[in-house]
Amino acid sequence: MTTQSIPSGARIVLDCEIAANSPWSAIVRQGQTIRIVDSHGQQAVDTLFYRADDLQERYSGQDTLRAQGSAYISTGSDIVSNEGRVMLRVVADTCGLHDTSAGACSCESNTVRFGHATKYLHACRENFLIEAAKHGLSKRDIVPNLNFFMNVPIDPVGNFTVVDGVSKPGDYVELTAEMDVLCLISNCPQINNPCNGFFPTPIQVVIYQAAEG
Amino acid sequence: MARPSRAISKSSRVAFQRRDSIIRSGRDDPPNKEHAPGRPGNCLKGQVMVPTTEQRAEIEANRKRYEELKAAGQGQAPRALPEPTMRDGAPISESAVLARETIPGGWYWTTRLEQGEALRIVNRSGQSCVSLLAWSSVDPSERLNHADTIKVQWAASLRKGRVILSDMGRVLFSMIEDTSGAHDTLAGGSNAATNKARFGNVATRNTRDNFILAAGKLGLDRRDVMPCISFFAPVSVDAEGRFAWDAGRGTAGDFVDLRAEIDVLVALSNCPHPLDPAAIYAPQPVDVVHYAPGPAGATDLCRNASAEAIRAFENNASLSNRAAR
Repeated sequence: MTTQSIPSGARIVLDCEIAANSPWSAIVRQGQTIRIVDSHGQQAVDTLFYRADDLQERYSGQDTLRAQGSAYISTGSDIVSNEGRVMLRVVADTCGLHDTSAGACSCESNTVRFGHATKYLHACRENFLIEAAKHGLSKRDIVPNLNFFMNVPIDPVGNFTVVDGVSKPGDYVELTAEMDVLCLISNCPQINNPCNGFFPTPIQVVIYQAAEG
Repeated sequence: MARPSRAISKSSRVAFQRRDSIIRSGRDDPPNKEHAPGRPGNCLKGQVMVPTTEQRAEIEANRKRYEELKAAGQGQAPRALPEPTMRDGAPISESAVLARETIPGGWYWTTRLEQGEALRIVNRSGQSCVSLLAWSSVDPSERLNHADTIKVQWAASLRKGRVILSDMGRVLFSMIEDTSGAHDTLAGGSNAATNKARFGNVATRNTRDNFILAAGKLGLDRRDVMPCISFFAPVSVDAEGRFAWDAGRGTAGDFVDLRAEIDVLVALSNCPHPLDPAAIYAPQPVDVVHYAPGPAGATDLCRNASAEAIRAFENNASLSNRAAR
């Protein structure tokens, strides 16, 4: 449904739906663009990037924020690695507000945030571990991530709150790769805070190669 | 109250209904996950999922519980936190000192703390920034997680009474003393490129390389170098989301005391913060005191400062975590 607004002449490399609560991964080649669509609105998409030919070089939220001098991700943000290199650039964003400071939910942190009774609920880190394992990666390699479509305002005195998402059905963010990257996604299953409107839903991912010149 | 411990399964999706199959009334509209569909070119009407009546009730119950947790986390806990330590307060008796170290400007240092031991980091000049990484000594895959630390405590700012969490929902450190409350959890440390951009072609040391070196000397490697927390780095976020550096919040002699709550490997990097506007690279030495702070009692500040901290300490104490002490 969103591919109709992909630039004309582009070659679609991949177009798939990621089921609610599920993990996913794929390689995005240098020059290709990945579009992540919040198909049904208010759905957090936890995302990590690794340099495809050196998986120890990986996304760094702190370097990304420091480089741009501000606390949220949107069009114009450069996605920076732990080696200080630009991995991708955010080239389109119909939502305007994405977090990278709150990390992923996990069974363990859920117990601390929401009570011990939430321990045995599915969580993003479960998704990341399963998906990372396919690429020879382990928990050591899972670092705090990007949270597309997640709304986490930080106020001047430091209050830090996950609040209702502002993304609407069909909102999308696009990133163009500056190097070959492995993209890991957890379509967030969290039901204990508003990041998914308490109702996790499927998302869509499109990878495309823009037409030459 | 807590939601029943029921794993979400994909099969729950069969209960979803399509928007066009529901008879809608204004009153029945879901209060939040409900948007005008059909933004041109993006989403076609009739394809947006909406919750069933039963799911809406669950959503509302979850929302109500979240709002209660938020009110407690942002209201009660900060009120329970004390004022910063006075710079001439909380002296350490000589008999409690286990070791002392001075970290030269630009350098790093590693150590191991046993549960219950503490480090005092002293910003002798008032100009220094000290960045921290830490890992469980028993299982270094358990490690400092800055994101969980701030998310769980509803606060990007750290101060006396707060805790620093691992990725496994346990407390690595309690901030038992802190004179400044001016620390950075968001922007990370310097690297060779940030130093070059700020200081030009002069010889400098940086936190990224320091942490690679420190990890190496602890038997770890590049994969184990994650985002850090930086003390004496007065970074805040303004109303537009821009980082601000509030130089007035630091003073010579500021210190922070970290009490280990499990056995930990520690790496400290004493390098200028990348957002510090100082134009000249002139890192100053910092002093570190490794000491025995005395046992945490039942009324210990950090163990009781918030419902979240109490639950994290319950995870520390859990028998199933015993081997990972």
